[in-house]
Order: sequence, then C-alpha cells, then structure tokens
Amino acid sequence: MLEAIGVPSIEALFERQIPEGVRLRRPLELPDGRPEQDVYAHLRELARKNVSAEDELSFLGAGMYDHYVPALIDMLMERSEFLTPYTPYQPEISQGGLQVMFEYQTAISELTALPVANASVYEGPSAVAAAGYLAKLHNGGRRFVVSAGLHPHSIETLRTQAHGYGMEVVEVPLGDGVTDPEAWAAAIDGDTSAAIFAQPNFYGAVEDAAALSAAAKEAAKASFGGDGAGFARPGNPVLIAQVDPITLGILAPPGECGVDVAVGEGQSLGNRLDFGGPSFGFFAAREEYLRRMPGRIAGETTDVDGRRGFVLTLQTREQHIRREKATSNICTAQALNALGGVVYLAWLGRRGIVELGELLLARTRYARETLCALDGVQALHTQPVIREFALRLDADVAEVRRRCAAQGVNPGVDLEKITGREEDRGGLLVAITEQRSRADIDRLAEVLGAAVAAVGRGKNTAQRAESVGEAVPA
Amino acid sequence: MTAPATELPLQRERARTIFEKGAPGRRAFVCPEWDVPQVGAEALPERFRRKQPPRLPEVSEPEIVRHYVGLSKRNFDLDSGFYPLGSCTMKHNPRLHERVAALPGHARLHPLQDPEKAQGALELMWNLQQALAEISGLSHVSLQPSAGSHGELAGVLLTRAYHESRGERRHKVLAPDTSHGTNPATVTMAGLEVVKVATNPEGGVDLEDLRAKADADVACLMLTNPNTLGLFDPNIAEIAAIVHGVGATLYYDGANLNAVMGLSRPGDMGFDIVHFNLHKSFTQPHGGGGPGSGPIAVSDRIARFLPRPLVVRHEDGAFDLDFDREQSIGRLRGFQGNYGCFVRSYAYICSLGGDGLRDASETAVLNANYLLARLREHDIGDGRSVSDFLPLAYGELCLHEFVLSGGPMKKTLGLKTLDLAKRLLDHGFHPPTVYFPLLVEEALMIEPTETETRETLDAFADAIAEILREAAEEGPEIARNAPYTTPVRRLDEVGAAKNPVIRQAL
Repeated sequence: MLEAIGVPSIEALFERQIPEGVRLRRPLELPDGRPEQDVYAHLRELARKNVSAEDELSFLGAGMYDHYVPALIDMLMERSEFLTPYTPYQPEISQGGLQVMFEYQTAISELTALPVANASVYEGPSAVAAAGYLAKLHNGGRRFVVSAGLHPHSIETLRTQAHGYGMEVVEVPLGDGVTDPEAWAAAIDGDTSAAIFAQPNFYGAVEDAAALSAAAKEAAKASFGGDGAGFARPGNPVLIAQVDPITLGILAPPGECGVDVAVGEGQSLGNRLDFGGPSFGFFAAREEYLRRMPGRIAGETTDVDGRRGFVLTLQTREQHIRREKATSNICTAQALNALGGVVYLAWLGRRGIVELGELLLARTRYARETLCALDGVQALHTQPVIREFALRLDADVAEVRRRCAAQGVNPGVDLEKITGREEDRGGLLVAITEQRSRADIDRLAEVLGAAVAAVGRGKNTAQRAESVGEAVPA
Repeated sequence: MTAPATELPLQRERARTIFEKGAPGRRAFVCPEWDVPQVGAEALPERFRRKQPPRLPEVSEPEIVRHYVGLSKRNFDLDSGFYPLGSCTMKHNPRLHERVAALPGHARLHPLQDPEKAQGALELMWNLQQALAEISGLSHVSLQPSAGSHGELAGVLLTRAYHESRGERRHKVLAPDTSHGTNPATVTMAGLEVVKVATNPEGGVDLEDLRAKADADVACLMLTNPNTLGLFDPNIAEIAAIVHGVGATLYYDGANLNAVMGLSRPGDMGFDIVHFNLHKSFTQPHGGGGPGSGPIAVSDRIARFLPRPLVVRHEDGAFDLDFDREQSIGRLRGFQGNYGCFVRSYAYICSLGGDGLRDASETAVLNANYLLARLREHDIGDGRSVSDFLPLAYGELCLHEFVLSGGPMKKTLGLKTLDLAKRLLDHGFHPPTVYFPLLVEEALMIEPTETETRETLDAFADAIAEILREAAEEGPEIARNAPYTTPVRRLDEVGAAKNPVIRQAL
C-alpha cells in the first residue's frame, strides 16, 4: 500500500503533513489494549458496582422511569440495519430508517394531537430549550415565562441556552402543587416569547393545561391592548408543554388543550434507563411552526417509477444546508431510540396505551393513599396524579432513604436535592410503574413507615445526628 | 446493471406503514395483573381526560417483528458494506460494546441513583474523562453534551462565559468556509455572529484574511484540524498565536479526530476547547441518525465554566457528582449525558489502549492515501485515469479523508457528482459525502476509515473507474437514471418539500 502511495513509511505520511512542533512524540498514557474477554470482565465488574433497578425495589423517577422494555425492542434495536447506518442521506438505500421516522412522527403526532412532529431531538430538557428557541425565532419576544412545575433540569437547560441569546427567564411559583394561575397570568405580557409548563408536572400533579393555555394567551393580549407597554408580536406567547408521553392514553393531549408545541422525554416509551441516556426527545407542534422546527423530518414522496417512498424533507431548515441561518444546529439526534419508541407504541397499541395508563393511575392512587396513611407522611399536594406523586415526610429524607436502602427499597427521589428549593425540604417524589405491583407498594409502605417512625421528627440536626448513630449500614 | 426489465423482489414490495397493517382488536401488550382497586373521576376528573384514544396501531407481536425486520431490509448499513461517508467516520462497531452496554448494572441504572450506589458508572465516566483528556491534551472534561453539535454549543457558551468573566462582550466567531454546517448554526443559536474566514490555495486557513478579521470583537475561532478537506493546517501554531493574540479562544471541532489520535493533540496545537464525537472516533454506532455523544475537553482557563454536574473523585477514592460549581454555564440537558454511549466508547478505548488508538489513526490515514493513490492511477481506458475526471481538490496527500472535485467529470462526461453517487448504489457501496465542502465544485468527500481491508478499497476504486468508463463509452444516461437495484429509485425530493406529508393520514 505504501508503494502505491509512494511513501517509504506510514510515519512519512504524518511527517510530511503535520509540523513537528505539534506532533506527540510519546505514547498516549493509557492502559494497554486488552482482549475482548478481559474488557468484558472489566465492564461487568463496573456494572456490579452499581445498584440497578434489578437489584433493589426502586421507586425512583423524576424524569426517567423503570418501565418494562419488551424483548422485541432489544432485538430490533440491535439489528445491524438499524444500528449501524448513518443519518439517511441516500434515501434509495435508507427506506427502512426513513419509514421508521415517518411512522414515529405519526405516532407522536397522534399521542400529542398536534399535526407535525420531527424525527427526534436529544432528550427532554434540551427539547424544552429547543422549543424555547423556536419561539424566539417565531416572535422575537424577550422573555420566557416558565412554571416552577417544569422539571428543574429543563429550567436550567433553558436558562443555559437562553443566556446565550440574551433572553430573560421568569419562574412562576406553584400553589398546592400546580402552577399558580394568578401569578402565571401576571407574569405573561406582550413581550413574552413563550410560556412553558409541564404536564403532569415535576411534582406529579396534573395541571389544568387548557386553563393555563387560555390564561397565557389572554394575558398577552391584555398586556398589548391595555396600557400599550407591550408591543405587537405575532403569535405570542408560544405555549409550550413538556409532557409525559406514557400518560397520553388517558390524559387530554396537549393539542386539545391549546398547546402550540409539545416536547418531552421519550425514555418511558421502550427505552432503557441507561443512567440517563441515550433516550430520545420528541417535538410536536401546530402546522405554522413546521418550517422552524429543529432536526430531521421524514416526508412521503414517490420515486421515478411511482413507488411510494420516504426522504428527509424541509432540509432548508437545517445546518448542513443553511449554515448560520439554520433553525437549529442539530445533526445527529436519536434515531435508534426513536425506533425503540415507535416499536413500543405499536406493541402497546391503541388499547394498551389506555389500559396501561389506567393501571398506572390506579396503582399510583393506591400507593399515594397507602403511604399517606402512615404516621409522619403527608401528600405534598392534593392534585390528581398519574404515575408519580410527592410526599412530605415528617423526618429527615436522607436518613429515611438510607434506612429504606438497607432493606433493599429505594423509596424515591429526595425532592430538595433536585430542586434546591427550601420549601421542598422533607419532600419525597415516588414513581410507580407497571413493574411495581401492589405487593411492592405494600412493601414500600412497610419499610417507609418503619423508617419514618425510627427517624422520627428528626427535623433538627441534633436528632438527626443521633439517629445516624443507630443507622443500619449503607 | 442497467434498468432491469422487471421489478426486483424488493421493489415489488410497496411501502405500507405499521398504521396500515393489523386489524381492530389485535394486540401484543398483555396488561399486568389488576391488583389494586378500580378508580374513577376521583382519581382523574373527567375534564382532564382524553376523549378519544390515540389511533395507535392494532397489531400482534409477530406482525410487529415482520414489519420492522422487513423495513430493516430496506436499509443499507455499515455491517453490510463499505460506507465511506466523509467526516462521518463510519468505522466498525464491535458487538462487545452492545453486550456490555446491555448489562443490567449499566442499562437499568437509574440516573438519580445515589452516587454511592452508582460507583461503577461514575468510575467508568471518570476513566473515560481521563482518557479523553490524555487524547486531546486538555485536562478538564465534561461528558454531558449529547452530540457533536451539542458539544459545539457548549463550547461557544463556554467561550462566552470566559469573556464575560473578564468583563468583555465579544460578539463575533470566526469559522473557515470549509467548516461543518453545525459550526455557523451553533454560533447563531448562541446569540453570536459568524464571520467567514477564507481558505488559501493550499486548503488551509488564509492567514492574511484571518489577521484582517481577528480583532477585539472576536470571541473565538472554530476550526477543524485536519479540516474537511482532510488536510492538516501546517500554520496551526501561527493561527493559534493570531487568535490568542487578540484575546480570543480557539475551538476544535473534533469530528476529524480519527486522523490524529496519539499522533497530535489539539491541546498541544493551542486549542482551548475541543468536542469529541463518540459516535465517530470512538465507535458508538450511528443508529441511522443517533444516538451520539459529544463530550468536551477544555484548558485550565475555561475549566471553571464547564457544565454541571461534573464527575469527581474524592481523596478516599470514592466517585461523586459535583454540582457546586458557581461559575458553571449550567446544564445542557437532563442528568449526566448519554451514559450508554460512554460504556461503548470506554470499552473501545480499553480494547485498543493508547497504542491501538494510534494504530487506528495511522491505518485510517494509510487507507485514505491508498484509496486516493488507487483512484489516481486507475486507468479507465484510452489512457485517461480517474484523476482526469475527479482530481484531488487540494494538496497531494491527505490525512483520514480526501475531497475530489467532480467538476471535470461533469464537464467532459456530463456526469454530476450526484449521478456518480447514485450509480455507486448499484455497485453495492454507500456513496461518499457529496457537495461538501461547499468551496469545492461537485465535491466528493471520501473517508474510508481504518477498519476496511485493502480488498474493499480496491473494489471501491474499481467501481468508480467502472462508472466513469461506462459514462465515457456509453454516455451519461445510465448513471443519470441510476440507481436501478435499490428498493426504490430516485425519489422526488422537491415534491416532498413543496407539499410536505410528514405523517400517515388516519
């Protein structure tokens, strides 16, 4: 091969092209390569140091959930033909992947009751940020109004990106677990680019989505029409909802609640927990936002012989065509994970998504009632919940969680640790999936009840320190 | 291999979506036992309820399997054949990686598991951070960004935070006209303005133009090195000096890192911020358009702005997530990043080791130059060679990829690069990247990677020569109407964009 090239050595290829001053003249300081079986053993050893949802009775949620992933999804996602191609730039040999995107878009459009959906974005919180950016492009408003019920990771991600283009982010507080309607309306004015809430929200509460949407549009109009402080911005604010797709079999869909753009985390739909990713984000909207949507979109067309086929379409939105004028910089998204999503939805089917939703609703209600019957445990809010709910413990949450862990139970997420909000001290967020049976919930009640009783009213540090002394080993 | 008289079996099969299959009442899902009391409006008031269920498919499990396995057969993939898509690094994806990523200790680990119960995951992330720091020569790493362009966004926001911390608001970002489209798109998203820098006749950054545009308003220069022409910029030290001289940062688009692992490091070239594409250089399978992962590495002066949380190791050896980072730009997404990708790329680095990574880059560069040489010398008859029609756009040698110009081919044979690409499909190859970079006429960007054999490279060169010979001898019509052997033939993309049908009507 060197002879064909006309160089004496591989080294010569580099010598002739890379200046000596920037060559690395020593080996990389990395461990030596190892045979496959050793690498397997090493990675298995690391896996063993983790406590997965298989190793404990877990009620962790707060954005990702231990739903059952049917075996056929593993099989299909590992097929070479789906696993190893690039983005379908050559449609003639990518009809499989393109049709999957088209089917996925259809499924997301159906779930959300919004007419257009893209082929996926990265994941939930960055999808919220992407929706915010779409609103900015759409109306040029200068502030985002977000409900404090939005996932804290979504709010922070939105802030990170909004800082870049100089957008203000205003947070609206909650009242009894849901967005305070008066504060919401008061925060929105004619210069509000987007109003963003979550359904159900971070605390598990079902929001009155239709009322929030209507109030937001009304508030913006009033601000513009009123004292003239605001000024005309067509179509503001854009109503954005981060929705939990697994609830949409039973919960009124965003498209029927006045929402303009629905985004969310798709992990619940047939994707693994994977310590946080990869999963997929979904992005659906009303028709008028189609040409400003981020990411890939598959469209139907025909070939020269009249056969039905699919292509990537509306590419003039995209970075590889429009460069600095693109509506987003996204290139690689989450096609394989979206495949898992659409296969899951087909597997669940028209009836299954309702049945599963009803089961989650009933088990979650059972869990909430059972746990709230325990001494020292109250509901953090009284709103309806579907798959997750927030409690307030009359005891130090970290200590309670430690005691539960010693019994092989992970009772949920320490709310304050995620939100950083003082009012969430003592809060526990409990998620119920179809993999948690009534017996599992009863076990949680037994262990949590005992832990709360043992830790007691450990609200002050002295008591907490005492109780650590008698704590079971972590 | 011209137009077949009858349709091939794959072509006879008309596309039908999963929504057009099945029948009412069919299903795959069996609901778990109903072991709790029934609930009604007290659990969820009627006004919050969905009135009509979403019209999802009604299909059985065997139907689902047949449908999607059938669809998979309408895809070309890396496991089936050569995929020399330039700038995409389509290298082999070892199956070990799928096996280890699927271990329940990784796959069913909840992202909010307490750090003390996720020590294996955090150790893996720590080790990967250390490896990426060593490979890039920049010692602070965040694994959080979800893909290369997400890493770019992180990089531009970091640059912005850095300047703001010095009380400066710089609004311009320089990028060569050869840069990936994600670079300028990212700059706009971050609220900054792109200024194009010209390319010199050798294919590198035009230093005069750079000097003229580098001023106190410039926040950053975004550069790919080797660039999208497959050329290493020999003036990199001077470029770094110019950029740093005006107080700006230097950003490295790591899409082409596969050329230089263990051979040259962005940190040593003077870069402040680098993103990696784990789905390119580090074998995360591309998945037909993701998932990817785009970690970033930065120099000391940028480190305090990195996204949070960061994986840290305490003195006692325990691993943890550090949220307490006051000057952080904040999160770019939920949780800790695409951990499943980290598992695969870490397994890859463990398998190859430092020497293996250098070997990989050396072989990638050898393969690219060999293919380039084979194409050059390839006689297509009457004394003309492939390079008479498809000359190398810039330079003599290349690193991991090279760009040919289809300009002469179009002029003399009436064959556009698109036609060549489509005809390659009939030869069983995925075409190279076409029409990029934009400054090369009828560009054809070829990246063979290190995991291809010499025989494959020879066969690909033969196919290119054969297509040119066919056009020279029989005219361009055959290629213009290609492909003939694919499940569908050329598709009406203009029509698709004009009247977008982007979901199944139900």
